[in-house]
Amino acid sequence: MKTVFEKSVPGREGCWPEEPKSKIEDFIPTELLREEAGMPSLSELDVVRHFTLLSQKNFGVDSNFYPLGSCTMKYNPKFTEVVAAMPGFAKLHPVISQLKGAGRHCQGALEVIHETESLLSELTGMAAFTMHPMAGAHGELTGVMLMAAYHRDKGNKKTKIVCPDSAHGTNPASAAVAGYDVVSVESKDGIITPEALAEVLDDEVAGVMMTCPNTLGLFETHLQELVEMIHEKDALLYYDGANMNAIMGKLRVGDAGFDIVHLNLHKTLGTPHGGGGPGSGPVGVSERVKPFLPISRVEKLEDGQYYLDYDAPKSIGYVAPFYGNFGVYLKAYAYMLRLGREGLTRATEGAVLSANYMRKRLENHYEIPYNRICMHEFVASAVEQAKNGVRALDVAKALLDKGHHAPTIYFPLIVKECLMIEPTETENKETIDRFIDDLIEIAEIAEKNPEKLQAAPLTTSVKRLDETKAARSMVITDDIK
Amino acid sequence: MPYVPHSPEEIREMLDVIGVDSVEDLFAEIPAELRPKSFALPKGKSEMAVLQQLGEMAAKNTTDLTSFLGAGFYDHFIPTAVDALSSRSEFYTAYTPYQPESSQGTLQAIFEYQTAMARLMDMDYANASVYDGGSALYEATLMAVRKTRRRKIIVSEALNPIYRVMLDSYTTNLNLELVTVPHNHGRTNVKSITAAVDKDTAAVIVQNPNFFGSVNDFTEMFAAVHEHKALAIMSTYPVMQSVLKTPGQMGADIAVADGQSIGQPLSFGGPYLGIMTCSKALVRQMPGRIAGRTEDEDGKPGYVLTIQAREQHIRRQKATSNICSNQALCALRTLIHLCLLGEEGLRRTAILSVERAHYAAERLTAINGVEMFTKGPFGNEFAVSLPVNAFEVIDKLTERGIIPGFPVGRYYEGFENVLLVACTEKTTEEQIGIFAEILRGTI
Repeated sequence: MKTVFEKSVPGREGCWPEEPKSKIEDFIPTELLREEAGMPSLSELDVVRHFTLLSQKNFGVDSNFYPLGSCTMKYNPKFTEVVAAMPGFAKLHPVISQLKGAGRHCQGALEVIHETESLLSELTGMAAFTMHPMAGAHGELTGVMLMAAYHRDKGNKKTKIVCPDSAHGTNPASAAVAGYDVVSVESKDGIITPEALAEVLDDEVAGVMMTCPNTLGLFETHLQELVEMIHEKDALLYYDGANMNAIMGKLRVGDAGFDIVHLNLHKTLGTPHGGGGPGSGPVGVSERVKPFLPISRVEKLEDGQYYLDYDAPKSIGYVAPFYGNFGVYLKAYAYMLRLGREGLTRATEGAVLSANYMRKRLENHYEIPYNRICMHEFVASAVEQAKNGVRALDVAKALLDKGHHAPTIYFPLIVKECLMIEPTETENKETIDRFIDDLIEIAEIAEKNPEKLQAAPLTTSVKRLDETKAARSMVITDDIK
Repeated sequence: MPYVPHSPEEIREMLDVIGVDSVEDLFAEIPAELRPKSFALPKGKSEMAVLQQLGEMAAKNTTDLTSFLGAGFYDHFIPTAVDALSSRSEFYTAYTPYQPESSQGTLQAIFEYQTAMARLMDMDYANASVYDGGSALYEATLMAVRKTRRRKIIVSEALNPIYRVMLDSYTTNLNLELVTVPHNHGRTNVKSITAAVDKDTAAVIVQNPNFFGSVNDFTEMFAAVHEHKALAIMSTYPVMQSVLKTPGQMGADIAVADGQSIGQPLSFGGPYLGIMTCSKALVRQMPGRIAGRTEDEDGKPGYVLTIQAREQHIRRQKATSNICSNQALCALRTLIHLCLLGEEGLRRTAILSVERAHYAAERLTAINGVEMFTKGPFGNEFAVSLPVNAFEVIDKLTERGIIPGFPVGRYYEGFENVLLVACTEKTTEEQIGIFAEILRGTI
């Protein structure tokens, strides 16, 4: 399909504002001005049709099953969109809160922040939350900065952060970006053992970043012992909340001894991810990390009024210009109010039930490397199919032809030909059964007719795309100077 | 239970296949001692009740005041079709496009967004957006540190103070030296910045128009920066970029902006998006997602996420940055907004905003004791000195239904009488007139 730039016709009228009375030269000297910017010229219908047609080339949760492991692509209820668009929220300028006495003009917004933080604290068992981080990885970076501030305040000299080999790639990247050396700990039978941790855990370790259940979908059964070992070294324990959907109502990470946690609201709490963002990655902390939270914090006065507190001498400072992705966590707040404690627990139960059902029904058709009770996701492997030349990638593309989005493939890195599957709680049994049946059929075709799978997908708007060519030729704008 | 479709019979069937007696058995590995000490969340509510509750909270915010607030974030008109198109669920309920064949809509939109941003900034390349203008500046700083292997960063004090405090926070653990060069009565101090550049300098960071609205040309300064093999980073305001001399023309290596002003509601601070563009030489240092054009098996053009070898999911701790989520939906809104306005519409938006701001400046400075603080050319925002404390003026005028602007003294000590005033194409001459008259009666 042609790009908007290729469709542009000079002089075609778009959605123009009124004509100015003056020329720009009347106000700003010519030498400070530019020539044309090269924006496209289209009619409103041209634009509407272009983007409508583009949308039809996309899979979203509303159109297709999206079992993308570690990403929790559940259905997001529609009413939360209405909440975020309410003019009382959408039209509110963020600096209004910084004017003298103007906290009175944003009491509703401050209340949303305060209440969302309270609900998240209860959900996770943490002492306090900040809503400032704008994505999960941004929450991780904030978390690592909090670790650094904690150790700096205590006079600790610590230079390392430990990440398991199954960690999300963002964990080691966040630790490194914040200035730490990254040490890897190997998992055994899919989980971290106290022995393996002991090998890397020394006095220089500032913190350990864990995902529990981990990216293999397994609960860390040595968790209590690991927590004790880590705290003995005065290291902090970080919880990567990407897999939070597996434990709501069943485990609170604060009660379990974690010091810092980030949540991916777009994964667990019903906020859509928009094709890659925006997200929201609030960070919760235990009592001893609380003094270091980012500026500012919303506090409540005895008379019920809310205000912004900037007085935090030990704070890591500002990680966002204002209060994070407010419009996103408004939706998460509404989602939590709607589901309540029973609904959130039930969501977790549904997700775990569906994942185990799927794992069990697939076990005779695909290798399941860790075939035991899993949490909300599990890992299958196409190693058997690979013997016939059908790789995880081919299975993924064949699933696209069947009308499903593919699972996450080739992650975690420690499993060969990995397919990480996460059905979520919102898909009904018919959809789950159809997906399983399609995967079984693909396994059968892999035996008899492998080349058919290597040609997939055939039903999408384009056939299999050449990613190597893209990286080599690097055409990333419509026109390169 | 809302959004969980399993019926009791289906649950029974699924448990039988798994071979356990109850759903609770699936959680047997979580020991009793680790179970929640409390889970005192409120009981769930109906959709209607939640909508009503949130409606009441929204009503506690005041959004019907005439506002001259800017400070980097502006209330421009958003064409109706932006909401209509970006709320198509195929866009907003999709994830990061890891399977390109089923994500061509998102990928082509990102590719077009990258093209639009590169053109607007007059730079070679753009990424698919980062979180916001401040994190874009921080990522740009890290790009310069990686590229030059130097540790000194020179920052103009006329750079938005919100971004300066963010830079401070992010660099605390990184052993970087941030040198802030004072502004000169709201002007970016080009001479002092140029004099501060040396062989240890990784980058200089300036803004155009700067925080006080002053419009600049940094061409000569950037040339001096390059003589020291340091990089030039420029923060901009994308609407004004349709008329102003470009970062590319001035020789910037990296140009960033907050994209809020094109397509995003103010929404109390987010979601916005960080626009990031750079020269060809720096593209492999640029963080975040990038869409590239390629072909399918039949030679038909298509798009994929590309040059991912820089990214966290492949390079882990050696990655260029930790960025995973971008602001794809916000970038889509910016792109659609730009397409609807087109070249002419964007220029008109900028010129109308500048026209109104100059009218406002004229009316305000006609008042006894009110003087221009911003010297020289300015765009749609400017600062005035008042004979009285700006905080007090804001307080009084807000009571009369007008937020007259932002108090510069909030961030700049000694400038408590300075008021920063912004206009957009939505600001009317009538509103400006009322503002001026009330101000006249107040001071």
